[in-house]
Amino acid sequence: MSPVLQPGTVAELAEAVRAHPAVLAVGAGTKPRLAEMRNGCVGISTRKLSRLVEYEPDEFTFTALAGTPLAEVTAALTAKGQYLPFDPPLAAAGATLGGTVAAGLSGPGRFRYGGVRDFILGVRFVDGEGRILRLGGKVVKNAAGFDLPKFFVGSLGRFGILAELTFKVFPRPPAALTLRLPLAGAEAAVAIFAAVGRARWEVDAADLGPDGEAVLLRLAGPAGALPALAQEILGRWPGEVLAEEVATRTWDDLTAFRWSETFPYLGKVVLTPAQLPGLLGAVKTLGGRAHVSAGGNVAYIALPAGADPAGLGRPVLTLRGAAPLWIRPAPVPAIAAAVKFALDPSGRFPALG
Amino acid sequence: MRDDALSRLAGILPPDRLLRQPAQLAAYESDALTAYQASPIAIALPETTEEVVALVRACREARLPFVARGSGTSLSGGSLPVAGGIVIALNRLNRILRLDPDERTAVVEPGVINLAVTAAAAPHGLYYAPDPSSQSICTIGGNVAFNSGGAHCLKYGMTSNHVLGIKAVLATGEVVEFGGASREQLGPDWCGLFTGNEGLFGIALEITLQLLPRPECYHTVLAGYRTQEEAGNAVSAIVASGLLPGAIEIMDALALEAAVAAVHADYPPGCEAVLIVELEGPREVVAADRGRLDAIIAASQPVEARPARDAAERLAIWKGRKSAFSAVGRLSPDFIVQDGVVPRRRLGEALRRIAEMTREAGLRCANVFHAGDGNLHPLILYNGRVPGELARAEALAGRILRMCVEMGGSITGEHGVGVEKREYLPDMFNPEEIDCLKRLHAAFDPLQIANPGKMFPGGSAPALATHGLHPLEKAGVISRE
Repeated sequence: MSPVLQPGTVAELAEAVRAHPAVLAVGAGTKPRLAEMRNGCVGISTRKLSRLVEYEPDEFTFTALAGTPLAEVTAALTAKGQYLPFDPPLAAAGATLGGTVAAGLSGPGRFRYGGVRDFILGVRFVDGEGRILRLGGKVVKNAAGFDLPKFFVGSLGRFGILAELTFKVFPRPPAALTLRLPLAGAEAAVAIFAAVGRARWEVDAADLGPDGEAVLLRLAGPAGALPALAQEILGRWPGEVLAEEVATRTWDDLTAFRWSETFPYLGKVVLTPAQLPGLLGAVKTLGGRAHVSAGGNVAYIALPAGADPAGLGRPVLTLRGAAPLWIRPAPVPAIAAAVKFALDPSGRFPALG
Repeated sequence: MRDDALSRLAGILPPDRLLRQPAQLAAYESDALTAYQASPIAIALPETTEEVVALVRACREARLPFVARGSGTSLSGGSLPVAGGIVIALNRLNRILRLDPDERTAVVEPGVINLAVTAAAAPHGLYYAPDPSSQSICTIGGNVAFNSGGAHCLKYGMTSNHVLGIKAVLATGEVVEFGGASREQLGPDWCGLFTGNEGLFGIALEITLQLLPRPECYHTVLAGYRTQEEAGNAVSAIVASGLLPGAIEIMDALALEAAVAAVHADYPPGCEAVLIVELEGPREVVAADRGRLDAIIAASQPVEARPARDAAERLAIWKGRKSAFSAVGRLSPDFIVQDGVVPRRRLGEALRRIAEMTREAGLRCANVFHAGDGNLHPLILYNGRVPGELARAEALAGRILRMCVEMGGSITGEHGVGVEKREYLPDMFNPEEIDCLKRLHAAFDPLQIANPGKMFPGGSAPALATHGLHPLEKAGVISRE
């Protein structure tokens, strides 16, 4: 078992980085494969770096330390009628803001306004030399300097350890309605995603549930406007409006990956809607399940013991399970090594591959 | 050295696409930051991405600086040439390579005009959201290089939020593909890092853009106020209400005067400020929200509130707003546009201080700004033929930028640092942070040949021109925002 340090301040975080030749940042461990360490590596937990530093509802921004649980952020935003529109996953399990950024995970709500990359505004991080650096900004619009905050989304702690993050937030729509549209097959889901993406309704989320039997659409906006939109959609495809508590539970189950709990393996695949039928065929062959989100742009795939995720035939990021972190990774360009050297010259953080 | 470099380029492009004549070079000496000019030694006009790659690799071998350029509408001097270097003009790479209406993506070359993407998408009920005021002429390549904004950033974000994939040739000569056709990605966000690089990393060759469904319905209101403070209070009330308008814009009295003179815009009389607010979405949603918005505006006690009754009235409102910058050109022989951002709650204070500083400088300043996201656009008027006025205008611009940083904002919301604001980068970032940015820069461009002298302080100073609007601006084709 490798040691895990728990710095209580950003300065202590920087000291911890400087004190060890090989370190990996870990949050709450809700994506366990991302927190696994090779021998000799020291874990640096952000558990004690947990605080909402600034929240300005009138500015649509907040700043929080990286170890702040999503649930705490969400509660503070909800109290002011605001939210992170991309439904950051695993909040109920204790996932942290920093872990969400480093893992690059967004939930169903990313369909309409974009994902974690589209709401991050600024970062304070510790680079490979232990320097505390702040890049990006604290206002909703800023074009000064290179956009390192975005680069950290999905970077898995390879280029720096996140200490503090600034995000844009939106006012929370007053009401939501969820439609369940039963399906005949993956092609039908692709057709619905294409039609919904171009339609006037501006749906908030468009997912294919893990049973593969229904597309879930969520409408969000003023309560009085939603029933008419729902009726128009149900006039086009047969289906039903879910009762509010059923809808809430359905989305909560998806963002918690509860549907995957009986499987040892969970991974993330990115795709375009046209690739959906082929991917779901491969998942079925492997005996797994998949939750397809963002209108067919991302799939979370659970596989049974013994199934090889390489059988999916495309790049996969392993979130949970005894498998390589990267399955069939895309080739790493030469520039990636140069950027790694720029931010982490002595290679304190894990290698890119 | 120079002849050697040029002969390499001559091996890549035919003579009619490698411009060398002084008269040909002159057209490229400035961009929309007309106060600066520099003389390139040649203009390369590639027609294929292979030619762009070959040009960059030749520049690298010859250590010849290059500046990629689209339509030259940069307001920060981002496409200002480097003296002794070349300009790679990408206007002929203007093909929309693919447009997939089902997946709502378009793959375009860098020279494609911003508005051409929306024109191609419109038959499918789709559009490309980022809308800089120069969108009828500026190119996607330039938008990507400078992470351009527009009037709808609060709700829809900047260019970066709409770029899914980038194929680029880096200054090292490496050709890379970042991101792709999916809206999601695995691994670090290279597309996000590349977007807004200000031409310092290399040249985008193919860009995959996300398209959005065109809003079905708009509700656009123009409201006039006796004071700027009242207009600012109305913005605060709208933001606090929980509505999410697509745009919230304010124009001050001097900008209004200019718009009236230029495009015969019609505003309520006796107003120190005009507010433009736009809701958009499905008709049922807009119908539900407009009552709330109208009530908030009525309670803010405007001199007059005018909702657009039809598409023509809406377009007239936006025409007045989007023409404001070039219209100001009629009030003054020269002007500088600033682009600082302040926290929204400090807008009123920022405007008061700008007015004071302007009085102290003995100059005039018009304000047109994106109130929804705190992005100011003070237009500092000066006459370059009056000795010392440009220096006073630049000093005033600098004071305004420092005020923005002190208030917790940014020196640039959407124009980029370029050559114009490079001396102010240290106001935003400490020496270690600038060192970090420089290391990144060196990773992408170890020889410092891609748009050198931009973004970072201490670059060699280009020659200052003393006078004049951009020729396209004089013709009313482009405007500054």
